[in-house]
Amino acid sequence: MSVAKPLPHDAAALHVTGQARYVDDIPLPEGALHLAFGLSQTACGTITNVDLSAVRAASGVIDVLTAEDLPFSNDVSPSVHDEPLLAKGEVHYAGQPIFLVIAKSHKAARKAARLGKIAISDDTPILTIDQALAANSRFEDGPRVWVKGDPDTALNTAPHRLQGQITMGGQEHFYLEGQAALAIPQEGGDMLINASTQHPTEIQHKVAEALGLSMHAVRCQTRRMGGGFGGKESQGNALAVACAIAARATGRPCKMRYDRDDDMIITGKRHDFRIAYDVGFDAKGRILGIEFTQYARCGWAQDLSLPVADRAMLHADNAYHLKDVRITSHRLKTNTQSATAFRGFGGPQGVLGIERVMNHIATDRGLDPVTVRQRNYYATGTTAQTTPYHMPVTDFVLNDLTSRLLSTSDYAKRRMAVSAWNAENPILKKGLGFAPVKFGISFTLSHLNQAGALVHVYQDGSIHLNHGGTEMGQGLFQKVAQVAAHRFGVDVSAVKITATDTDKVPNTSATAASSGADLNGMAVDAACITIKDRICACLAQLYHCAADEIVFADGQVRIGTQTIPFDQAARLAYQNRVSLSATGFYKTPDLSWDRIKGEGRPFFYFAQGAALTEVVIDTLTGENRILRTDILHDAGASLNPAIDLGQVEGGFVQGAGWLTTEELVWDDQGHLRTHAPSTYKIPACSDRPDVFNVALWDQPNPAQTIYRSKAVGEPPFMLGIAAFSALADAVASCGPHDPDLDAPATPEAIFNAIGRARA
Amino acid sequence: MNVAFLLNGEAVTVKTAPTQTLLDWLREDRKLCGTKEGCNEGDCGACTVMVTDADGSVRALNACILFLPQLHGKAVRTVEGLCGQDGALHPVQDAMITHHGSQCGFCTPGFVMSMAAAHQNGQEDHDDQLAGNLCRCTGYAPIIRAAQAAAKEPVPAWLDDHARLLQTKVGENRPPYMPDTLSALADWYADNPDGTLIAGATDVGLWVTKQMRDLGPVVFLGGCDALQEIETTATHFHIGAAVRMTQLREAIGDDYPSYAELIRRYGAQQVRNAATLGGNIANGSPIGDNPPVLIALGATLHLRHRTQTRSMPIEDFFLSYGKQDRAPGELVTGVTIPRGQNNLRCYKLSKRLDQDISALCGAFNLIIKDGIIRDARIAFGGMAGIPKRAIAVESALIGQPWSEATLTQACKAFAADFTPLSDMRASAAYRLEAAQNMLRRYYADLNSLHTDILEVSA
Repeated sequence: MSVAKPLPHDAAALHVTGQARYVDDIPLPEGALHLAFGLSQTACGTITNVDLSAVRAASGVIDVLTAEDLPFSNDVSPSVHDEPLLAKGEVHYAGQPIFLVIAKSHKAARKAARLGKIAISDDTPILTIDQALAANSRFEDGPRVWVKGDPDTALNTAPHRLQGQITMGGQEHFYLEGQAALAIPQEGGDMLINASTQHPTEIQHKVAEALGLSMHAVRCQTRRMGGGFGGKESQGNALAVACAIAARATGRPCKMRYDRDDDMIITGKRHDFRIAYDVGFDAKGRILGIEFTQYARCGWAQDLSLPVADRAMLHADNAYHLKDVRITSHRLKTNTQSATAFRGFGGPQGVLGIERVMNHIATDRGLDPVTVRQRNYYATGTTAQTTPYHMPVTDFVLNDLTSRLLSTSDYAKRRMAVSAWNAENPILKKGLGFAPVKFGISFTLSHLNQAGALVHVYQDGSIHLNHGGTEMGQGLFQKVAQVAAHRFGVDVSAVKITATDTDKVPNTSATAASSGADLNGMAVDAACITIKDRICACLAQLYHCAADEIVFADGQVRIGTQTIPFDQAARLAYQNRVSLSATGFYKTPDLSWDRIKGEGRPFFYFAQGAALTEVVIDTLTGENRILRTDILHDAGASLNPAIDLGQVEGGFVQGAGWLTTEELVWDDQGHLRTHAPSTYKIPACSDRPDVFNVALWDQPNPAQTIYRSKAVGEPPFMLGIAAFSALADAVASCGPHDPDLDAPATPEAIFNAIGRARA
Repeated sequence: MNVAFLLNGEAVTVKTAPTQTLLDWLREDRKLCGTKEGCNEGDCGACTVMVTDADGSVRALNACILFLPQLHGKAVRTVEGLCGQDGALHPVQDAMITHHGSQCGFCTPGFVMSMAAAHQNGQEDHDDQLAGNLCRCTGYAPIIRAAQAAAKEPVPAWLDDHARLLQTKVGENRPPYMPDTLSALADWYADNPDGTLIAGATDVGLWVTKQMRDLGPVVFLGGCDALQEIETTATHFHIGAAVRMTQLREAIGDDYPSYAELIRRYGAQQVRNAATLGGNIANGSPIGDNPPVLIALGATLHLRHRTQTRSMPIEDFFLSYGKQDRAPGELVTGVTIPRGQNNLRCYKLSKRLDQDISALCGAFNLIIKDGIIRDARIAFGGMAGIPKRAIAVESALIGQPWSEATLTQACKAFAADFTPLSDMRASAAYRLEAAQNMLRRYYADLNSLHTDILEVSA
């Protein structure tokens, strides 16, 4: 049994000894060159003059390229060809690449890139949601609107009604390994790319476009990333394309990696949102009608903003049955970095909207915020209740899961203890926050829900595994290797995990949407089954038995009464001229989705979980700390409980970081002021909860997934909302008014909210 | 110029430019790519290495802002040198695998080196030891479990860098830009008033890695023992300018636990292991954490130009933003801090509790006798262009009863002392209100109310 074992990460031993190789660690061929972008200092304007003489004259510089020098396509967009690699004519954000320096060293390239003299006639930038609304600066013609039932009547007839809004900041990915790519020219004009990317096929595609080649002339390899979190779904395109173009121009290998400040200034981040709501409810806090208006700040190019904004709408209900509902979504175009994918992909923003509503109803009615949530949950075991996009919710586990979590975390008793503590302490206040999550699993662009795999069994019984997913730390490779090992009944050490490679598995989807193990696990299993069936057929003939009497387990193959080692079975198959190599393919069944109407079944199933968090705040300054967090999370029948627990713990801390210390600040000219870890604060060691109890729900997925497991990459991120709600709860204890806390809840934001609560 | 040190146990002599960073040298020249570049400014810890000094003390340091000459006569161990000869894992490596402490693995070598340094020093305050190592994947819990598990294991015998240093006598020939006497240093600086003094390089390092400046003539203070002295008398501490924050924290901890706690949150372990008190003062930053405390304590600053020395109350050193009372070629040599001021409290306010630059930092030191405030020294960082004393607030307090009514009056005086700025760390309004509330916290603190969120548990 390899599946369900808590095995370490496949590369753990390489990680701890420093042997794990990332793009920047790959030994460079002789004569390799290094690249850096020259950036716009202006957020919006027209380029009137470009003087690169000082750049060209700088020490170590080989060449400098501008948009005019690009041989074919000048585009690195993953969607609608609106993202030039190098700005031409106009600049759209402060940090936009304008020219490309090719130099003998990384340092020489960086140093020279600062010497460009770019004259730009400035226009007034559109930076904020309000400025974009005033200028009607948006993607798509107008807002998307989805309606279910009759929200207007429901709102007008509800006994209680509240309006409000919450603003939530974006989030820098802060993958520890910055963006990096390496291009090595091949014979006949072909190009080999090594990239730190979640999407090798996209890199292959964009490089082919930029070089005027067919995709078959470009190969992209990715062994691992030092973190991705969505930030390497499309943001690596620019580096890979730049390397390829420079390699083509010079005939030499070219490498590019962003210095951290450049990385933060150039690349997109999580979309910041404002969500306004109008909610009608009864005396028990049950929502009768609700309207959400979501405003997403998308930045200058479309990138993945439409599906991100769609997913925010798709998660406006979170775990709650909304009978009469309208969701309106504005996708606003601004002169800032092009906001992009980030773990949850709009889902967290949508979820935070309704979690804020739950807190507001609870403070308004004086109800327990957990009780309000439970009263609004979807029912268990019915097909009658549908999401705002008309999909029946048939696999809802949060009623039972919540009961268990409240019991194991001793909620009722601690709620009373917190009230008593607050009564005794005038300066410090505690708060409790509860957050459930129900997260839809599948790409909402349905055709992306496919995956391929390539498996070889060698005549010595060793297994070579390849699939379209990429490893960014989430443990995908180990989980998929466990699937392969399990199918052949061998130890996972018999399986060699290899770099993702567009030469081995073509036309892959990004490793995103939490889909990696679901899709690639199934594709690998299909390939393994093909090979195993061939071996069985061969053995059945040799041993004169039925193929279904042959069992692969414990490194052995049992054929009727005989047992041979797996390697002998492989050798026998080889000697009998059986193909021991197979591809596997999988596509998620039962999906149909109309994103314009907002109707259909975009998701195969829902992953769920819940968290309870206790915090303390200092009312004098707003400083705060997470004291305890209890989590119960639904990873189905886990493929690897250790890896899944790691995703849950890490997701929670990253989610809590988004809503607390991580604050992106732009000045009024559109310059990002927080572009290094000195000014942008992701959680540090002591920011994790003092007490951190995390458990898995451990029930098989009713949907037919690989060994009935569930996707686990993104869903736990939203459990971090429990920390935010706990802070809001602590603030609410300071005064009679709703705290109206915005995110991120920095000490200053908390301090100001305390003022509002007391006013 | 040649610099000599031990690299993973082997003596190396490197001909180097003085501002060559260890990280670039490891990765580009030695092709030792286990040490990672995460931020190139000393804030993420991915490049952490372990350095053993000639006296045997072991420190975790950030290689990205560590210049090669700073290593002269020392031993460096990178992640490649942490295993035994036979490939046996160090206990922290083993525990990191067992406890699932790595996910993407990019921060892991840095974590492992911080953990190994702490393990070697027998330090089990894991959150503090690892505050300078950022991880974006794990949420830290499994890493702490690994550190706790490894703490029980002995230090491997193969980590014997101190013995090797004694055997090899590496670094006997000191490079010329590393004077070993104060007078030689003072003469050099007087001769090169536009030169740059490099102590811990936690600030100067960024001039090179981020601003890409050519520093011109530089001199390293590491060889000058006179600047590293800590002298404790019955009434005073005398702290040499090149005393590192880790050492300062230890020296003043018993007298001034609140100051020590502030230093615990100053930078992170790797930064405190390099950064010096003199550097934090002499760079004149308005947001350095030591100056407000030293002002509140009534410390005296010592300077020297060639053979001429002078001293001044430290608050007089800071003239205006970017300008200090320091002549060209004159260097800060140390600080004298009076002992026995039991009412000192220091409050650091930042977005993140650990390893963050202060939005503001307040230091309070009142002398109260029979319920009356006899004397007051209050100073802030982050509230003005310089670390600044709150004269108007002090005046509103002195001679008054130590009461809430006096507090209310004194809080009104803050606006006379400070007109803070808004920036990415905090708004002006919040800075002013938080500063006032720090005085309220001080009152509550001295009256033994719960004021510290770090002392609260679930």
